[in-house]
Amino acid sequence: MSAGVIYTSREEIEVYRFNYAATFFIPLAALLLQSYLPVAFHGRLYFFDVFDLPLLVTIFFGVARRNPVAGSITGAVIGLAQDAMTHNYLGLFGIAKTFVGYGASSLATKIDVENLGSRFLITVGFYLLHRIAYLLVQHGMVQQNAPANWLHSLGAALANGLLAIVVFAILDKFKQRG
Amino acid sequence: MESFFSRYRNPMILGIVLLLQVFGLAVQVKRPIDPKHPEAGSVRMIRLWVSTVITPLERIFVGTGNFFSENWHDYVNIGGLRRENRELRQQNEQLRIGQAQLGEEAAQGRRLQALLDFKQHLVIQTVAAQVIGSSGTEQSRVLYIDRGARAGLKPDMAVITPDGIVGKVRDVFPFMAQVLVLNDSSSGVGALLEKSRLHGVVKGTSTGDLILDHVMVDEKVEPGDRIITSGGDRVYPKGLPIGTVAQVSPGSDLFLNIRLKPAADLNRLEEVLVVTQPPLSQADSETPVRAADILAQRLPGVTPKQPESAPGPAGGQGSAATIAAPNPIPPKPKVVRPPLKKTAPGNAAAVPSAGATPAVTPASATPSPAVPSPTPTPEAAKPQ
Repeated sequence: MSAGVIYTSREEIEVYRFNYAATFFIPLAALLLQSYLPVAFHGRLYFFDVFDLPLLVTIFFGVARRNPVAGSITGAVIGLAQDAMTHNYLGLFGIAKTFVGYGASSLATKIDVENLGSRFLITVGFYLLHRIAYLLVQHGMVQQNAPANWLHSLGAALANGLLAIVVFAILDKFKQRG
Repeated sequence: MESFFSRYRNPMILGIVLLLQVFGLAVQVKRPIDPKHPEAGSVRMIRLWVSTVITPLERIFVGTGNFFSENWHDYVNIGGLRRENRELRQQNEQLRIGQAQLGEEAAQGRRLQALLDFKQHLVIQTVAAQVIGSSGTEQSRVLYIDRGARAGLKPDMAVITPDGIVGKVRDVFPFMAQVLVLNDSSSGVGALLEKSRLHGVVKGTSTGDLILDHVMVDEKVEPGDRIITSGGDRVYPKGLPIGTVAQVSPGSDLFLNIRLKPAADLNRLEEVLVVTQPPLSQADSETPVRAADILAQRLPGVTPKQPESAPGPAGGQGSAATIAAPNPIPPKPKVVRPPLKKTAPGNAAAVPSAGATPAVTPASATPSPAVPSPTPTPEAAKPQ
């Protein structure tokens, strides 16, 4: 099995693009909802923190564009914007989402990422990758000691995987054939 | 997509390089929060940009939600309106009772302070604000409120609710502010066990819990004990509820593991109060606190004894225990006023060394627990 084998058909490696409005407003909407939903549903202020809408958007753009450079930049910009909404150092989410953007774009050229099962699995996988990257940077560079609750992270990954099926179906409407 | 990239390759690379540099600059450069109010401080440009884009939309969302909610309550849900009216009336009565109690406590404080010839303001000025957003992540427990520098907010102002403290203002923008919530892992509050008067530090954890730190294992702490602010951190006014002890267990080191239940429901925050003007006694608390007072507060259970002599600077436990005795009618102390010392607000030295304590004659060696940190101020006390 050579490295050049692609586990998908030509139809499935279709590259998509998005218009400028979608490129700008979809991540903005994700950031806005991520910040607003916990407040909108009083009493569930931190419940919605389990979900990471900016991460889902990063993965979606990554797999749709299938361009690692674009995926990296998308992840970096969304991650930095998410960092700016917190009180932590700028770059924690930026670096983690850059990895995810690059990984999602690269993976999309190798396997079928259009069906529901694969969307669920890649989201679960990239959520955990995102968590690992975040913790590595947090421990290694920022030297903040935050204990990793892996059971919680796994639960959150599964929840985000389920949410991704719905969110990706909505975002598919904005796809344009490249 | 390929043709697009190949066609606009050079301009895109140029754009990316420029964008990266702009982002890099935005990360590094700090700009004044409000050019018209330079005293409000500065903030990173990228935070300012993102907040400027996000918060107007959040404001619209909140405003729209309020519009529909208010119309529902005003014109459709009359039964709910009546019920709410009854609840508000009851709440108003409770507040009036609380206000009367506070007034009585303030009067008592002023009387005692007059005895000690110290001056104190007991009024706290607050600004009401609405919670309009959050960080949206578990890694950062911050909130956004709809009041900022234009409303007089500044960093490190305490944020409270009638139930208890919420956190402190972290970054301030012209029309909004970021609040670091009490249960964030980087939060810390000077605390006091209300019953035993033990001092400690309340901290948040990465899981969003509250713990009381720096309480020795040989101290007696029980579930249900109330924790209040000590005022020593110079952020939170003294005496505000923080929470109650939920669980106590011996720690791995010399300190107890004390888990708290916050007094304010940190998950159900809608409106908060920002303390814009703390009591003057707290604002001037750079004045050193006597080491004997600190020791006295840490040894609350010792039987009261009349002091025979003033404690030495070392303040051994025996002498400290003696002076810690609560005395409901303290003798009028003869106090030599220390010179007022002004330090930077960010200086967190809440308890300066005993060597810098104000000179107190032996007659004042029995402090009243009702006046834990006497503070001289240049102005006369004004009843508020």
